[in-house]
Amino acid sequence: MKKKKSLPGVVYIVICFLFLYLPIFVTMFFSFNSSKSLTKFTGFSLTWYQQLFSDAEIMGAVYVSVTIALLSTLISTILGTATAIGLSKNRKVIKELIININNIPIMNPDIVTAIGLMILFSSLKIEKGYMTMLLAHISFCTPYVITSVYPKVRSLNPNLANAAMDLGATPWQALYKVILPMIKDGIFAGVLLAFTMSFDDFVISYFVTGNGVKNISIIVYNMTKRTNPTINALSTIVILVIMVLLIIANAVPAVMKRRKINGVNRQKTSEEGNE
Amino acid sequence: MKYYVKMVRPYMVWSFLLIVIPMLLIAIYSVTTGGNTLVNIQFTLENFAKFAEPIYVQVFVKSLQIGLITVGICLALGYTLAYQICRFEERIQSSLILLVTIPMWINTLLRTYAWISILSDNGIINTILQALGLEPVTLMYTNFAVIIGMVSDFLPFMVIPIHTSLSKIDKSLIEAAQDLGATPFQTFTKVIFKLSIPGVLNGVIVTFLLSISTFVIPKLLGGGQYTLIGNLIENQFISVGNWNFGSALSLILTAVILLAITLMRRLDQEDKEEEL
Repeated sequence: MKKKKSLPGVVYIVICFLFLYLPIFVTMFFSFNSSKSLTKFTGFSLTWYQQLFSDAEIMGAVYVSVTIALLSTLISTILGTATAIGLSKNRKVIKELIININNIPIMNPDIVTAIGLMILFSSLKIEKGYMTMLLAHISFCTPYVITSVYPKVRSLNPNLANAAMDLGATPWQALYKVILPMIKDGIFAGVLLAFTMSFDDFVISYFVTGNGVKNISIIVYNMTKRTNPTINALSTIVILVIMVLLIIANAVPAVMKRRKINGVNRQKTSEEGNE
Repeated sequence: MKYYVKMVRPYMVWSFLLIVIPMLLIAIYSVTTGGNTLVNIQFTLENFAKFAEPIYVQVFVKSLQIGLITVGICLALGYTLAYQICRFEERIQSSLILLVTIPMWINTLLRTYAWISILSDNGIINTILQALGLEPVTLMYTNFAVIIGMVSDFLPFMVIPIHTSLSKIDKSLIEAAQDLGATPFQTFTKVIFKLSIPGVLNGVIVTFLLSISTFVIPKLLGGGQYTLIGNLIENQFISVGNWNFGSALSLILTAVILLAITLMRRLDQEDKEEEL
């Protein structure tokens, strides 16, 4: 690409970002409003934050969203990583079958996945609620974990695990000490994807829940008829948490890399000094 | 590595139970009648025939229209944005791309909810218009509101793949085109755009899939009367209780999306063959 920056280009980028971030800024700004209005800023206050923390329904939804996201991330990461490792040396038929089945939830619209699971739970007469929501979340997160881990497993040298075992490691030790450290980037990407997919989900949760179990998205969906600045306060907290997490996730590898390079340079200079 | 082959077994069982069986159930429901239990079912094609009724055809056509308009706007805005981002040094590029991705991670419901306060009758836009002494405009519950909501939600899904394609282009190809006398416009259409087609197709497929199947954005920004195919499916399952028709609708939706993906892939392949 040409490295020529033009003023109209920069202006265009700024306008696009304004468009993308406008809803986010508006939400954050009006969460500090002292009145209920979402258009006129009457003064700074933390009323809505106070209300938020005393609203049992919303806090319950936060609990459901967070615990479901943590549990489904944990389980789908283990299930997905195990599958990806097992897949690479499997017979071609099984490999292709699993990969194709795994692609179904990725290619399907959420709403189709959602009603499929809803019909399944109803047919099996499983009472809809927290458990069904958790099962559904694991089932749509795992395919994403597999697609992030599998390429890493495929690029592994299989001799390394064999070498470890020839040197006396049990298969379990070889897995734990050789394979997992080498595919950890893929697993990390999978964890990040699974957590946000689960935390962000509305459609699937909406169809498979019951018994009054609601996550944040469902609460917001039910509240749209009334303007409720408490939701803005909640949004602001969610946005800040996610931004901090994303910045950490992006900054940590960069800092580690820089440290490694610095470390190598330092070593080099000290070696040169010794000579 | 042979030791670990057995590790796929739990997921084989899991994916059969929670991915394959649900799809089969949708297929069974779509061709049967007899209520929402599988006890007294009868085979029928009525559910698909019902789809041919004018009201449903209208909903389908409207969904396609709104979907295509959204994809078109996302493509125009997203391509330009990805192209402009590519002009920066790599370090700045990755920060800009991070900025594009951040909204994707924030709950769609929360972002769509925020648009209500911007677009509503006494919302921010109308407050500004009134302050300028202009007539207020009705924005909520219109096609405009729905499309704005969709574009702002789905734009990042268009920008990311196009940026990936653009940043992979070998700079020497562009220089070669210029050395051989191509105008900037020709360089763009004959070299840059052609090489970015894989990214464009990826972005188009994803945004089309998202915009044709959404029911949240039309419900929040289009109002209760606003019906796209996603809302129709939701109603069949949540309020009407006709799961058989709802299943048939979902199968039709899946078929449309598969068709679109196949068409797109074919386009990509033809393009490659042309080059050979």
